[in-house]
This record gives sequence, structure tokens and C-alpha cells, in this order.
Amino acid sequence: MSQIDDVGHELTGLLKYFDADYIEAHLEERQVSRIVYRGKKLESAGRETAIGGNVRALVNGGWGFVSFNSFDKMLDKIEMAVGQARFTGKEESKLAEVPPRVDRVRRRVARNAIKIPLAEKKVTLDEYNEVIWSTPKIQTSIIGYGDSHKRTIYVNSAGSYLDQERLDVTLRLAAIASANGDVQQVSLSLGSTGDFGAIEGLHSKVKEAAENAVRMLSAPQVKGGEYTVVLDPVLAGVFTHEAFGHLSESDFVYENDRMRELMVLGKQFGGPELNIVDGAAVSGLRGSFKYDDEGVPATKTYLIREGKLVGRLHSRETAAKMGEAPTGNARSIDYSYPPIVRMTNTYIEPRNVSFGDMIADIEEGVYARNWYGGMTSMEQFTFSAGEAYMIRNGKIVEQVRPVMLSGNVFTTLMNIDAIGNDLDMNQGGGCGKGGQSPLPVSNGSPHIRIRHCLVGGK
Amino acid sequence: MEEILARARKVAEQAEVYMSTAEQTRVQFETNRLKHMQTKQSTHVTLRIIKDGKIGYASSEGAADPLALVRMAVETAQFGQEAKFDFPSAGSYPEVATFDRRVEAVPIEEMARLGEEMIDAVTGHTPGILCESEIAKAVVTTSLINSRGGQASHKTTVFSMGLDGNLIRGTDMLFVWEGESDCHPIMQSKTISSAVIKQLELAKTIALVPSRPLPVIFTPSGVASTLLPPLMSAFNGKMVLEGASPVAKRVGERIFDASFSLWDDATLSYRPSSRPCDDEGVTSQRTALVEQGRVAHFLYDLQTAGLANTRSTGNGIRRNGLPAPSAAALVIATGKLSYDNMVKDMKEGVIVEHLLGAGQGNVLGGDFSGNVLLGYKVENGKVVGRIKNAIISGNVYQLLKQVNGIGSESRWVGSMVNCPHLYCPSVSIAAKG
Repeated sequence: MSQIDDVGHELTGLLKYFDADYIEAHLEERQVSRIVYRGKKLESAGRETAIGGNVRALVNGGWGFVSFNSFDKMLDKIEMAVGQARFTGKEESKLAEVPPRVDRVRRRVARNAIKIPLAEKKVTLDEYNEVIWSTPKIQTSIIGYGDSHKRTIYVNSAGSYLDQERLDVTLRLAAIASANGDVQQVSLSLGSTGDFGAIEGLHSKVKEAAENAVRMLSAPQVKGGEYTVVLDPVLAGVFTHEAFGHLSESDFVYENDRMRELMVLGKQFGGPELNIVDGAAVSGLRGSFKYDDEGVPATKTYLIREGKLVGRLHSRETAAKMGEAPTGNARSIDYSYPPIVRMTNTYIEPRNVSFGDMIADIEEGVYARNWYGGMTSMEQFTFSAGEAYMIRNGKIVEQVRPVMLSGNVFTTLMNIDAIGNDLDMNQGGGCGKGGQSPLPVSNGSPHIRIRHCLVGGK
Repeated sequence: MEEILARARKVAEQAEVYMSTAEQTRVQFETNRLKHMQTKQSTHVTLRIIKDGKIGYASSEGAADPLALVRMAVETAQFGQEAKFDFPSAGSYPEVATFDRRVEAVPIEEMARLGEEMIDAVTGHTPGILCESEIAKAVVTTSLINSRGGQASHKTTVFSMGLDGNLIRGTDMLFVWEGESDCHPIMQSKTISSAVIKQLELAKTIALVPSRPLPVIFTPSGVASTLLPPLMSAFNGKMVLEGASPVAKRVGERIFDASFSLWDDATLSYRPSSRPCDDEGVTSQRTALVEQGRVAHFLYDLQTAGLANTRSTGNGIRRNGLPAPSAAALVIATGKLSYDNMVKDMKEGVIVEHLLGAGQGNVLGGDFSGNVLLGYKVENGKVVGRIKNAIISGNVYQLLKQVNGIGSESRWVGSMVNCPHLYCPSVSIAAKG
């Protein structure tokens, strides 16, 4: 029994006596290991622990939030949160009703990263670093590995008590090549919900990445403009996350009349082959969990079905204000932040076009793979590919320097005119929103083809 | 802290304990009205040891169990890097003013009033705009002690304000925003609301932009988000050491325009990122990075400096874990050309305020590429409207080799960058036709 269990039990049955419309508390203990390589050697190995919590209160539609590392004077902290909510609230509180749940969730993992000694993890990472360094013309490497074990206790004024364990593994490797003052980098990002096996056996992928970095030194830049673009599953996953996923987060829509008009259910966003899903109930992926951080059970939500908008992602407040069912998408990165609407596992469902058929009738286009980053402004999105090649007359030809692709969210989904049969998930992503970054998410897709995509270049 | 240090000294040759505590209060508006209030109280302790010549570390958010911390640090030291430095012994630090006790005393009613005032001004100018705003105050105390007798402690107050506006017409979305941060309380909201209103005025109509290279004026926000990230990476002593910096071998060479000078300064009064010493107890200083176009110095922490056979510049900053070289406050020298005269000089060109996705390309090589989230078209010396669906791309080393002019006034962007407008002769633009 640890301190968070003691405090959790102390709060049970207590929260409902305060003068608020709703109160919840989160208590957390966390252990993290990090290993970083820079250059030929391991640069740092470190261990971190955390213990802390928060109280969140709702009064007259206003929210108060207090987070802390010490569990002294809990009653004062609850009063403070309630007082803050009272200071801000001037309307009616609206929160979707969720039946109280009492549950204990534990992870079972084949090769639990937390249980593997540091020395053993080092062996794997040493091998990957060796693979990068054995590639001629490589200038340096950066490897960042992290694993974490987190146990959270969630208590609310309706009687819920949820004790959940979460595990996470993340690995990012970068091979950096340099010549004549030019520097090029190729990165691989991977992750899992605790299974170290997900990042083992990557030697050939790492080799490919290193060789690519070197090839990019002599690759020309693409001429900027509009192109037909084919995205590999990993990059298409990032595209889905940036181009549509963020737009599905209801906190941007629920109090914005114009956005509600743009995001009206039933509206056609893409062709009849397009289905987009998000959900933590899709199990075994980086963004999977049983209950979100408002105690709502995870779901699998269709956002787009047959090209039409049929759903969106909610917190309890956005669900109530939009008259829709909660979807279990309220997440906070740790106890020092309140939960906000976030994605979990987001993907385009596969269809039946083969990759060969997809590129066959492209006269001039770009094949973009792997990902480097992505961002959205809700109307515009950008995402950058780690690798790119020209497509000419139905064949993949010369490599070009990594490209940034950009588009308008409302028109680009309509421009997807071929969806492949090979769904694959990118589990290396960390999403940033409201200062809460990097939140573990996964995203994926089969290969897809998009017409009229804006590509940045010379 | 003393207990942790004492235990660590029993098992390691050298040890250092660093602690940071903070209390922060935020008042937040959403959809033009007060919605949230948050208070965060946090404590963070990190132990760093040098054992058998190697570096290990362990940190704790919240109550630290000294035995556990020492045990974890010893475990990680087995695998750590060979230390190339000693912790600094007791020294004297310059007076760097970062504490204003009025910040803590600002009542939440006043913070809320500032937010309401900003939102009223902006919605008054543009009915239909939806604003988010945050006003925050914080006190941060950091202290460190080490086994060589070194010790340091300082307190910083931070007051920050920001406004984000979103205006949707049809499928067109306009985002405007501005923010300010200081060690003193900010008593007025006009600076921010008038900057946002100016953005709204210039963005009233949409203008077309062609797909070809054009002259570009980067506003201070544009400079900070587009041009600085590659430079921050290039002048990082670690990147230089590893040969991953394009300027590593160019010290003394004039590779930028002679009017371009850039330096880092951790000693500026009442700036949130200023401090008497860095997170390792090394004295803060002003470090010139580029002097009249010539590559001058790089930023170092103790370990990187040790590996590079040079001295730490007092830029050892902790994010997650160990200190690493990081800028405190980057300043670009002002020039002679006023912003108005830059605009008047443009027969056809673009002004870039905010870029989406700029830091995602080959930052190491100096490349940038981003969607112009807020930018304006200039024709015959006048702004004719906002541009959309356009990506600008370039390389910061090519761009800054020769500039048309550097602005005569500079301002703070966020807490860490102070810069003027930069007027560049040619930047590649790809637009949706």
C-alpha cells in the first residue's frame, strides 16, 4: 500500500460533501528510466520518480484545479479548488452523466520493460548505435530511450474509484550524416505500452535509416508546388492525426457556432471509401487504456464513415454541451495538468487498392514515407516526411530531400482518391496540445494517394 | 537537500543536489469568458553524482527518499559518461535581479480584470471573434549545493499574459495572437490588445500570392519561430562537438551579413530566463554567438565544455534530467531600417508573422519550411491583405548571408528571444494556385 492508496481511500466518500457541482481527484506515482546516446557512447542514464496529485472542481460551469506534490492538508486543497471554481463559474454546469465505477486495472506485458535491468537494455541500444556508426559517412547519432510505469487513482464525487496501471516505452533513433557543411538526419520513432519486445530486432530498419541519411546528402530538393502524393502508412497516420484528428476534438468545436456548422454530422468530408476511427478501446496500442482521466470507459469511435462525418471526440463537458455521448477521450499527461480532449489511437481503415496500382497511373508525383513532425491550425495542417522520392510514369525514381506537405483540412480529405490494403500503425508518436506534450498516441493508415497536395521545396 | 548530499558523498567522489520549487496561479478565459483557474505547487529534486569517474543521476518530483535517490544515481552511474569536469566550488555570483514581490500579491480579481479588458477590446473591434486568454503569475525558487562547497540559490517571479483570437468566416480560419512575459507584474493589457487588433486590421482581406521567390520581412515573431531554431541548434556546444553543426568549423568566418549580430545573455535584469548562475552553479554571462556576421562563440555546459577542451559559458540548463547547453535569452542586434521603411521598399513581397510547422524539417542543416499561418502581401509599398495556403521554404544560412535590412526596433517574443524585424531579399514560396 503506498501513499496514494491511503489518500485515495481518505477521499472516497468525502468529495460529495463539498459545495460543488462535481469534484474529482487524481493521485499518481510514477517511475521513469531514460537512456540517451549521443555520438559513439552512452551519454546519460537516469532514473526519475514522481508522486503527486490534483483536485478538480466544477461550480456553475467554472473549473478550479489545484495540483501538488505533497498530500498534506488535503481538505484545504479541495476547498481551494472549489473556491477557484466558484470564482470563475457564472453559468449552468453541464457534465455528461457517467455511472460510477470501481475498478482496478493492471497491465500484463510479455517483456515488461520496467523489469528488465538497465544493463540488458544497454546491450540492445549499443547494438543499434553500432549499426548506425558502421555506416560510412555518418557524422553522429542520437538515441533516446525511455520507459515509464505509472499508477493512478481516480476518485470522484459520484463514487467512482479507479486504480489503473499504465506502462509506456519510447525509442527515438536519429542517424546524422554530414558533408561539405550540409547536415541531413533520418529518425525512427517507436513505442509500445510496456513491451520491450516492440523495440527489439530493429537492426535492419536502423541500417536503412542510416544509409538513407547519407543518400540524402546528395539528393536534390523537390520543386515546390502542387503534386499527387502517395503516403506510406506511417506518414499517412500522422496526416490523419494532424489533418483530421485535431479537428475532431470537440473542445475546439463545442462553443464555436461557426465550427459547429463546419463540423455538422452527416456532412461529406471524403469519398465513400474513407473511414476514420479513434479509440482507446482498440487494444494493445500506444494510446489504449480502459478508462480515461474522467473515469469514462474507453470506446472505439467512428469519426468518418463512408466519407461522412459521424462522430467526434469528447470530454464529459463537451459531450453534455453538444448533446452527444461521452467517448472516453479526456486525458491528462500527468497529475499536474487537467484532462482535456485528446486523441488515442487514430487510423484510416484499409480498403483494397494495392500499392502497385496506386502509383501506376501517376505521371509525376511524390512518394513520401516515415515522419518527422506534424502540426495543425485546424484549417491548415502541415506534416513533414522523413524520406521522399519522385514518382514518374508509374515508377518510384529519384530520391529527393525530405519534404514538408501542407494543405487545407476541408479540401484535402476530398482529394484522397485511393486507399490501400495494408494498414500499419505508427506507435512512436507523442502529441502536443495545451502544453501537455508528449502524450502517448498511435496513428496509422494503409498507403493512401492524395491529389493536389501542396509540397514545400525549392 | 543536505541529507541527500551527505549520503551521496559516502558512495561517490563528487555529488550535487539541485532543487526547484514553484507556485503558479493561472486565470484562463475560453470563448470570451472566464472559465478556469489553476494553482500548481511543485517540488523537484535532482541528485547528480560522479562515481568511479562516471556520471549518474536520479530525480524526484515530490518528496524525495534520500536512500532511493542515492541508490538510483549509483545504479545509473555504472553506465554513465566519464565526467570531464568538477563541480564548481564556492564562488560569488553577480547580482541579477529577477524577483519582484508585487507579483505574488496581484489579486486574482485583477488578473481576471486584465483578461476581460483584453477580450473586450478585441471583441469590440471584431465582433464574432472567439478569444482565449491566460494570465499567470509564478514564483520559482532554485537552489543547489555540491560536494566541493559550491552553493547557489535564487528566486524568480514571472508574470505572463496572452491572448489567442480565432475568427471563422465560411471555411476560412484566422488566428491572431500575442503574449508578454516579465519578472514584474504587467499592469496593463493595451500592448497585447493593440498588437492583436493590428493583426486583425491587416488581415481583413485575403490577397493572392504567386509561387516564386519573393522578398520577405520576418516580424519579430516570424524571426523567433522560423530563423532562430536552426541557429539555436547550430550554436549548441554539443552539436558543435559532434560535428552536427554547420558552423562548427567556421569560427572567425563572416558567413552572415555584416549587420547581423546575435548573443545570449543570462544577466539581463528582470527577464524570466535570467539568473546569477546556471543549473550547475556556473556564473551567468553574456556570450556573443555572431559578431558582425562572424561566427564567434558557442554555448556550453560543464561536461560538454570538458569534452571540447574549453570553459562552460554558464548555459547548463536542466529540462528532463541532466543539464545540457541551452540559450537563456537570445538577442539580435537592431539595425537601421524602420519596419515602415521596409514595407515601403517592397514592390512585391510578403510579411511573415506566424509560421506553422517551421521547426520540423532539417533543422540541423538550417532548413526551414512552414505554412504561413499569419502573413501579409505587400504591393507597391503597402499591405494589401492576408495570404493563405502558402508554404515558405529556405535555409537560414543562405538567407542571412545577405539581408536587405535589420529593423531599428526590437521586442521580446515569449520569455527568451529579443529581436527586430528582418528584411530578406528572396525566399521561396509555394502557393496553392
